Amino acid sequence: MSRFTDLFMGMLGAAPKKPEQVSDKVQQIMFVKYADKDRYIKEKLHARAHHAVSNKWRNRRWAVLLVTNLLFVLSFWLDIQLLEGALTASRFAGFHLIDLNSALQVMLAHKHIIVNLFIGTFTVFLIWVLLGGRTFCSWVCPYHLLAELTEKLHLKLVDRKIVTDHEFHRATRTVFWILFSLLTMVTGYTVFETLSPTGILSRALIYGPGLALGWVGLLLLFEIFWSRRAWCRYVCPIGLTYGAVGAISPLQVSYHVEHCFHEGDCRKVCLVPHVLDVTVKGRASEEALGLGPDCTRCGLCIDICPTGALRYEVKGLSKLL
Amino acid sequence: MDKPEQARRKPAMSLEKAQKARRKFLQSVGLTAGFVGISLLGYIPVSKAGNLRLRPPGALNESDFLSSCIKCGQCVQVCPVQAIKLGDIGDGFGLGVPHIESREQACDFSCDAVQCILACPTGALTYDKPEFLKVRDGARLAAAPILIAKQQDPEPTLNLKERTGVARLAHPESCLAVQGKGFKGLARGAAFKGKMRYMAVDRWKPIPLRDHPYDVALCDLCVRECPIAHAIELRPLKGADGITRLTPTVLEACVGCGVCEMICPVEPAAIVVDAQALWQGAGA
Repeated sequence: MSRFTDLFMGMLGAAPKKPEQVSDKVQQIMFVKYADKDRYIKEKLHARAHHAVSNKWRNRRWAVLLVTNLLFVLSFWLDIQLLEGALTASRFAGFHLIDLNSALQVMLAHKHIIVNLFIGTFTVFLIWVLLGGRTFCSWVCPYHLLAELTEKLHLKLVDRKIVTDHEFHRATRTVFWILFSLLTMVTGYTVFETLSPTGILSRALIYGPGLALGWVGLLLLFEIFWSRRAWCRYVCPIGLTYGAVGAISPLQVSYHVEHCFHEGDCRKVCLVPHVLDVTVKGRASEEALGLGPDCTRCGLCIDICPTGALRYEVKGLSKLL
Repeated sequence: MDKPEQARRKPAMSLEKAQKARRKFLQSVGLTAGFVGISLLGYIPVSKAGNLRLRPPGALNESDFLSSCIKCGQCVQVCPVQAIKLGDIGDGFGLGVPHIESREQACDFSCDAVQCILACPTGALTYDKPEFLKVRDGARLAAAPILIAKQQDPEPTLNLKERTGVARLAHPESCLAVQGKGFKGLARGAAFKGKMRYMAVDRWKPIPLRDHPYDVALCDLCVRECPIAHAIELRPLKGADGITRLTPTVLEACVGCGVCEMICPVEPAAIVVDAQALWQGAGA
């Protein structure tokens, strides 16, 4: 199977595989890297010592997320009509924008598509093909931000051995995606929307809070005390929908094995650590590899990597430059 | 390239690892069942009859409306009197779906063009139902409703083909007109926040009801403020006691906007809108 298929299957829940073939170039890189053990350790310590830990990408991302959501809020409150609606569907300066997963649910439930719905969905589809699919999750979704903040609390509790992280099978999200689609088709109700913290939070910000926020609170408690980032990792079909769209995206985080010391700091901060399986020693088959469709392009790994082995990249563009 | 049997088989798993995988699988099944179960709780409110909400004008039939609405609230944003509210978690599958609470703030069509329909991106609110969706008898309006505010315009009608409900004199005994009483003062008191457009004040700017006092010899607020032509009138009707009194009578042109329910000065309102009710014929 091609790497594209492997990565896609990985997003659906398959365990990462060891590469069947490692390119000559990578073999050479690994040979040079480990030829002199003392030098290798020295280099590693040097890189660590000189790593100015920054939250550059996290800060930028949070700013974008806040500004996007604030634009919805202010647009309504100040009646400037720039970005009307909520995250499920909106109009930017008059152009229809429709969330891909919400559109899918409505189409499956109602079984009828009007022109505006199609236009809005197609526009958003193009945007996220270009920007990388799950980029929506980490750069736009308000639940992602809340979950990211409460994750810190969860990790603290784990650190003090007060709670343990209960991992579920990653394929659970795929099962949810299928089940919610089937339920929607059969019942004729947009079943998932009732649960979606993305929609609930977006509407609460714009139209004022409601009891539905209690549900979002319960989800966060579940993540703090039972399972790290459970909603985004194992449940949310929005993530899978956007992941599928972003599978062909040129914007990605790429991994450059030459600069990597295989310490695994990146995997510890990652929402979807299986995409970083490639950073394990011996798993990289090529000099530079994209992390695949499940990566939310959040940049936490880029911030934490002391050697710059992980970078944002626009496929094709870097070759041109 | 025939591999030996040994290599093709997966390596044997340790007992502990197998147990861990089994536990993870079972927990994942539990998680799935849990969330799907919770999501299906959304059925309870929508399956209860008599729980019907008044939907904005142009709404599809209830089940089609719930399925086609994308829960974005663009209709909320364009409404000049903020009549449209979104459903909360108690509405189940109706979470995020728009409705109108007429007693608090009715739709008085002060936007003239039914802006919420124009704003809807999915056709859940629509001027023209697609062919395959049924129009229920009693929901179809006999003629395009004439908006009194637009009566002098070249096109005086609203592009509405169906009603969202029907007004009904629920408490004739408390109706001031039936009692032959007049009304003086603020229809809903000084604390009421609801707004309405008064053509005599400003066609494009709805004002709070509390800024518009009334002084009428015989209370006819519901008839006077009804935005639709020939939808309600005071008719001399014989009561159970054989005495004839002027009684608010709802006519076929009623679209179910709810202005009469909002304006009614008695508590609770003598006249109410039955959400999603159908026209049963005069006197029903």
